[in-house]
Amino acid sequence: MSSKDPIRSFKQPSFSDQRKRRQQSLQRQSQNREEAQRHARSLLQTILSFLDVQPESHGDISLVTQSEESVKEFDVRQAARIRGAEARRWFAKQLMMPEWMIDIPDRLSSDWYVCARPSGKRCFVVSSNGITVSRLRNGSLLHRFPSALPNGARTNKSTGSGQSYCILDCIFHEPDQTYYVIDMVCWAGISMYECTADFRFFWLNNKLVETGACDRPSVSHKYMFRAISFFDCDQEGLNEAYTGIAPYVKDGLLFCNKHSHYQSGNTPLSLVWKDEKCSQYVIDTDSKGLIPDQQQVVLELLDDGRLATSDEPPAIFAHLDSRFIQENELKAGNLLRFAIKGWGSYFTDGNLEGADLQYVGKPNRSKNLADSLSKVVFQYMARNAPLRIEQLFTAVNASRKEDATICDLDIVDLTLNSMDA
Amino acid sequence: MEVTQFLLNAQSVDSTVRKHAEDTLKQFQEQNLPAFLLSLSTELVSEEKPAESRKLAGLVLKNALDAKEQHRKSELVQRWLSLDVGLRSQIKGFLLQTLYSGVHDARSTASQVIAKVAGIELPHKQWLDLIGSLLSNIHQLPPHAKQASLETLGYICEEVDPDVLDQDQVNKILTAVVQSMNATESNVDVRLAATRAIYNALGFAQANFSNDMERDYIMKVVCEATLSPEVKIRQAAFECLVSIGSTYYEKLAPYIKDIFMITSKAVRDDEESVSLQAIEFWSTICDEEIDILEEYGGDFTADSDVPCYYFVKQALSALVPMLLETLLKQEEDQDQDEGAWNLAMAGGTCLGLVARTVGDEIVPLVMPFIEENITKADWRQREAATYAFGSILEGPSPSKLTPIVNVALSFMLTALTNDSSSHVKDTTAWTLGRIFEFLHGSTTEAPIITAANCQQIISVLLQSMKDAPNVAEKACGALYFLAQGYEDVGSTSPLIPYFQEVVQALLNVSHREDASESRLLTAAYETLNEVVRCSTEETARLVLELIQVIMAELHKTLEAHRISSGEREKQTELQGLLCGCLQVIIQKLCASEPTKFALMQYADQIMSLFLQVFGCRNATVHEEAMLAIGALAYGTGPNFAKYMPDLYKYLEMGLQNFEEYQVCAVTVGVVGDICRALEDKILPYCDGIMTQLLKDLSSNQLHRSVKPPIFSCFGDIALAIGEDFEKYLMYAMPMLQSAAELSARTSGADDEMIEYTNLLRNGILEAYSGIFQGFKNSPKTQLLISYAPHVLQFLDSIYVEKDMDDVVIKTAIGVLGDLADTLGSHAGSLIQQSLSSNDFLSECLSSDDHLIKESAEWARSAISRAISV
Repeated sequence: MSSKDPIRSFKQPSFSDQRKRRQQSLQRQSQNREEAQRHARSLLQTILSFLDVQPESHGDISLVTQSEESVKEFDVRQAARIRGAEARRWFAKQLMMPEWMIDIPDRLSSDWYVCARPSGKRCFVVSSNGITVSRLRNGSLLHRFPSALPNGARTNKSTGSGQSYCILDCIFHEPDQTYYVIDMVCWAGISMYECTADFRFFWLNNKLVETGACDRPSVSHKYMFRAISFFDCDQEGLNEAYTGIAPYVKDGLLFCNKHSHYQSGNTPLSLVWKDEKCSQYVIDTDSKGLIPDQQQVVLELLDDGRLATSDEPPAIFAHLDSRFIQENELKAGNLLRFAIKGWGSYFTDGNLEGADLQYVGKPNRSKNLADSLSKVVFQYMARNAPLRIEQLFTAVNASRKEDATICDLDIVDLTLNSMDA
Repeated sequence: MEVTQFLLNAQSVDSTVRKHAEDTLKQFQEQNLPAFLLSLSTELVSEEKPAESRKLAGLVLKNALDAKEQHRKSELVQRWLSLDVGLRSQIKGFLLQTLYSGVHDARSTASQVIAKVAGIELPHKQWLDLIGSLLSNIHQLPPHAKQASLETLGYICEEVDPDVLDQDQVNKILTAVVQSMNATESNVDVRLAATRAIYNALGFAQANFSNDMERDYIMKVVCEATLSPEVKIRQAAFECLVSIGSTYYEKLAPYIKDIFMITSKAVRDDEESVSLQAIEFWSTICDEEIDILEEYGGDFTADSDVPCYYFVKQALSALVPMLLETLLKQEEDQDQDEGAWNLAMAGGTCLGLVARTVGDEIVPLVMPFIEENITKADWRQREAATYAFGSILEGPSPSKLTPIVNVALSFMLTALTNDSSSHVKDTTAWTLGRIFEFLHGSTTEAPIITAANCQQIISVLLQSMKDAPNVAEKACGALYFLAQGYEDVGSTSPLIPYFQEVVQALLNVSHREDASESRLLTAAYETLNEVVRCSTEETARLVLELIQVIMAELHKTLEAHRISSGEREKQTELQGLLCGCLQVIIQKLCASEPTKFALMQYADQIMSLFLQVFGCRNATVHEEAMLAIGALAYGTGPNFAKYMPDLYKYLEMGLQNFEEYQVCAVTVGVVGDICRALEDKILPYCDGIMTQLLKDLSSNQLHRSVKPPIFSCFGDIALAIGEDFEKYLMYAMPMLQSAAELSARTSGADDEMIEYTNLLRNGILEAYSGIFQGFKNSPKTQLLISYAPHVLQFLDSIYVEKDMDDVVIKTAIGVLGDLADTLGSHAGSLIQQSLSSNDFLSECLSSDDHLIKESAEWARSAISRAISV
C-alpha cells in the first residue's frame, strides 16, 4: 500500500483562468437565454417604434373621440400597427391618470401608499437603442438625451441587447432638472404592466439605483433620476409625506393602492389630493394664470352635442344645441372651456346634465384631455368645503373600522350645506 | 493452457517477444474467458512457478475485474457475476490459498485480487464467509500469512462501502486489526500491515467511535504506534491520526492535548516523512474548523451538526512557533522542482490554514518572527520571514493587515528588485500577489495601491517578468490580482496609462525561450486575459490592436509543420492559450456596440483561424476554440449564418465527443449561442444537431453533467425555430418526460445528488419553456395540449418534494406561465386544478427573491388571461 501523500498546492494561483473563461461563457449563455425568454414573454418589443417618431409639430391632437376603442391595456399588438400622430395620441393615453380624491377610500392605512407629488411635467421616459426620450401627456417630445437607464445611452456599459428598453412614468422637476420616477411600466424589456404596485415600487427602488441612473449627470447621463419615496399610508407615513422635507417642490399628495396594476387612463386606484400647505396650485387658474371667480371646467364635445368629462364612461354635463356649435365653428372631439354657474341637480340625484354652463372658449392647445369628474368635484370642494388633512388623519387612525364611508357621508353633507348657502 | 511462458515473455525487454505474448494472452482471454481466469489463478497459487509470472497472473486477473472507466467497470462486474459459481469458488479458493505463500509478491497480488472480487460479490450478498475465513485462525498463522490476511482486510475496507459489512463483521475486523497493531506484536511486518489496515477500516468504525471505551482503546493503540521504533509504522500511525482528524473531528476533544504533544515532537525531531504527516494532522484540523466556522456563517448560536471545538485556537501559542521553525528548513532549489514537498512548504501551508482558522489572533504571534528574520544575511531567514508574511494574508481582517502591509510594501518592492536570492524573490513576488488578492480592490476601505506608489509597483513587476522563470511567473500572478482589483472602477482605473506597456511586457514574456518552465507561459496569458477583462473603453482601441497580434500568433502556430512531438505538445498548449485569449477579447469587445462593430471587420479571419485549429486533435484546444466561437456568434448575430456550412461538421464532432465530455458540454452551450444568433436560420442544421443531442441523451457513456445543458439546448432550438420544432416533439417529449419522472423524486438522495437533480430539473424546465414559447401564436399550438397534463404534474410533484433551489423555482414558475400563455383557454381548467397554480404560485408571489417574484407575476398574468377567455 502506498503511503498517503499529503501534498497540498504550494504557491499555486488560487484561480483557474480556464475555469473562469468557461464560467463566463456559461454566464453569458444563461443570461442570453433568459433574455430570449423574456423577449418571448414580453409583448412590448414594438414600443421601439415610438422612438422613430420625430419631434415634428403635432397635428390636431385634440381629435380624440369617444368612438375610438378605449385602450385599457398597454396592448402593443395594437400599437404596432399605428404610426406618427396617431401613435402619439395612443401614447398619451397610456399614462395612468390618478383620479382626484373626493372621498376617502376604505382601508387607506393598510392598502395604500402615499407620497408627496413633485411639481412639474408629467411624462413617460423611454430608454431604448442607446437613447432616452421623454414625452409629455399629450405625446409631444420633452427631451431626447443619453441616460444611464438600460440601453439609454451608447456606452459600453449597456450590455443588454437592442431589445432591452424601459418605460418609466415620471415627473420632470424643472428647478433641479431631475426626473422623479413615480412608476415603472417596463424595465429592461420586462413588462411591469400586470404587476402590483407593491412589486413595481420594490423593483423600481432596487433597479434604478443599480443602473447608475440616480448618479449625478455626466456626458453619457444628462439628467438625474430619482425614485419617489412612497410611504405606507399610516399616521406616520401620511405625516412624512405631508410635512416631511422633499428634495422637490411639492404639488399635493399622491395615493396609490398597493394591489393595483398599472392601468392606462383614469383610475380610482391612484388618487391625488392637495391643500394650500402642500401645493401652490390648489384652485385651478385660467389661461392668464388667475383664479377666476367661477369654477371652470374643460369638457369634450361629443358627436351628438353632449359635453362630456374624460371618464369612462363619460359624465355628461350638458348638451350644446347645433346652432351654438355652428356659430362657434365647433367640431366633435373639441375640448371646450366653460364656467360653471350652477350645478343643476348633481348633488341631489347625481345627474349633471342640468348644470348651468357658460362657454369661455377653447383651452390651451397643450391640453388633450377633458377634465375628469373627480377633478371637477375636487375643484368644487376646494372652493367650498375642502377635504382637509385632518380628515385624512382621522381616516387613517380609524382604519380598524371597516366602514370608512361615514366620511363620505360627512363630505356630501358638507357640500350640500354649502350649496344651500 | 500453460500460461507461464507467455506471462514471462510479456515482461520481456524484446518488444517483438512481448507483443507476441500479449497477443496470445489476449486471444486466450477472448476465446475462453473461464479457462483463462482459472489458468491465471492456478499460476498465482502455484509455489513452483516463478514469482514474476505469478505476480503478472494476479495483475491480469485484477484487470479482468476492474476498470477506471465507469461504463467498462460495470461491464466487467456483470461478466464476473455471470460466470459459473463453481468456477468462481475454485478461483477464490486459489486466491485465499495464495495468502499463505512464502513469496511476498504472490501474497500481495492475491490480496488485491481478493479485494476486487469482494468489491463485486459482497454487495450482491455473495462470498459471505470471506471475512470469517480471513479472521478464523489469524492468531495461529505464521507471520507472513497473518500479514497477508491483514493487508487483505485493509484492501477490502478500501474497496467496499461501509454499509456492505454488518456491525458484527466490522467489530471482528477491528478487534483483529487493533490487536495486531498493539505494541505487544513483535513482528514488524504484521504490525505495519495492521496499522495500514486500520487506516482503511476507520470509515467502518462509526459505531465504535461512538463508544467511549472502544474509542479510547483504538486511540491509545494508534497513538502508541506513533512512538514505534520503526519509521514506517510511525508514518502509518500518523496517517491514521490524519484520517481520524477529518472523519471523527467531533470525538477528538479528550485526546487533543496528547496528540499535540506527539505531533510537535514528531515535527521537531522525527524523520521528514513522519514530520510531514504530523503537520498534515494540524492542516486537517484547520480544514475541518474552517468548514464548520464557514457553516456557522458568523452566527455562533446556530445549531451546527458538528460544533467547533476551537482546537487550533487553543493550541495557537504553541502551534505557531512550531510551524515557524519549519519555515527555516527550505531546500535549495525547491522552487524549480514541481513535485517538491518538504517541511518548510508543509509548515507554511499549515500556517496559512491556521491564519484562515483564527484570523486576527495569529498576527501578533507571527510579526516578531518576521521582524527578526527579514533583514538577516542568511537567505533562509529572509525567505522564511517573507513566506510567513505571505501565508497569513488570508484570514485576518484588512484593518489588522493593512497598516502592516503599508509599511512592508516598499520593502517588498526593493527585495523583489535587489535581493541576491532567487528564492527570496520568488516568495516576495508571491507575497505581493497575495497582498493584491486579499487587500486590494474597489471594496477595500483603505487602498494599498495609491497614485503615489502605483507606478513603482507596476515597473517593479514588469522588471521581475524578466527574472528567472519561477520569479517571473509569480510576478505575472501579482499583476493578475492587481488588475482584478480594478475590475469595476471604470474610467478611473489607474492602469489605463500603463495598459500598452503591460500588454507588451506580457507578450514579451510569452516569447521567452524558457516560457515553458514554471508554467510561465500560462501565467503570462492568464494575466493578459485579466488585464483585457478589466480594461475600460479608454483602451478599447488597444484591445483591438491586441486581437490582431493574437491572431497573428495563432496563425504562426498553424503554419509550423514537421515538428518534433515535444515541440508539438508545446505548440498545442500555446494554441489553447491563444484561443482562450481570443475568447476573452471577443467577449470584451462584444459587450459594447462601437467595439463590437469594430471587431466584426475581423470576424471572417478569426473564424477561418478557428476552423484550422479544429484540424488539430486536442481536447483543450477544441474547447477553447469552441468557447470563443460561441462568443463570436453572440456578437455577430444573424450574419453568423455564413460560417455555418464550414463550422457544422465541427459542431457535430464536438457533440459526438463522449470521452472528452467537456468538449461536448461546451459545444452544447455554443449550439445555444448559435440558436440565439441565427434564430430560424439555424433550421437547416437542426436535423443533424437534434439527432446528435438525442443520441447523447441516450448514451450511458456520456458524463451525466452534460445532460442538463442538452435539455436546455432543446429549449434554445425550439425558441429559435418555433413551430418547426414540431417534427422533433415525438422524440424530445418522451425523453423530457422520462427524465422529469426520474428527477421528480429525490427521497434519500445525498446533497450531491440533489444538486444534480436540480440541474437536471432546470434543464428540463428550460426545454419546456422554450418549446411552449416557440409555439406561441402558432396554429400548431394544439400539438402541445396532450403534453400539458404531464408538465403540470411534474411541476406539482417537484413542488411537493420541497427541495428545489431558487433557480429551479424561478424556471418552474415561469414554465407555468409559458404553458398558460401558449395554450390559453385550452389548458384553463387543467391549470386551475393544479397545485402549482395555487399554492406554488402564491408562495412564489410572496418570495423575497425578486427573480422568482418576477417570474411569478408573469405566470399570474398569463394564467389570468388563460382562464378569463
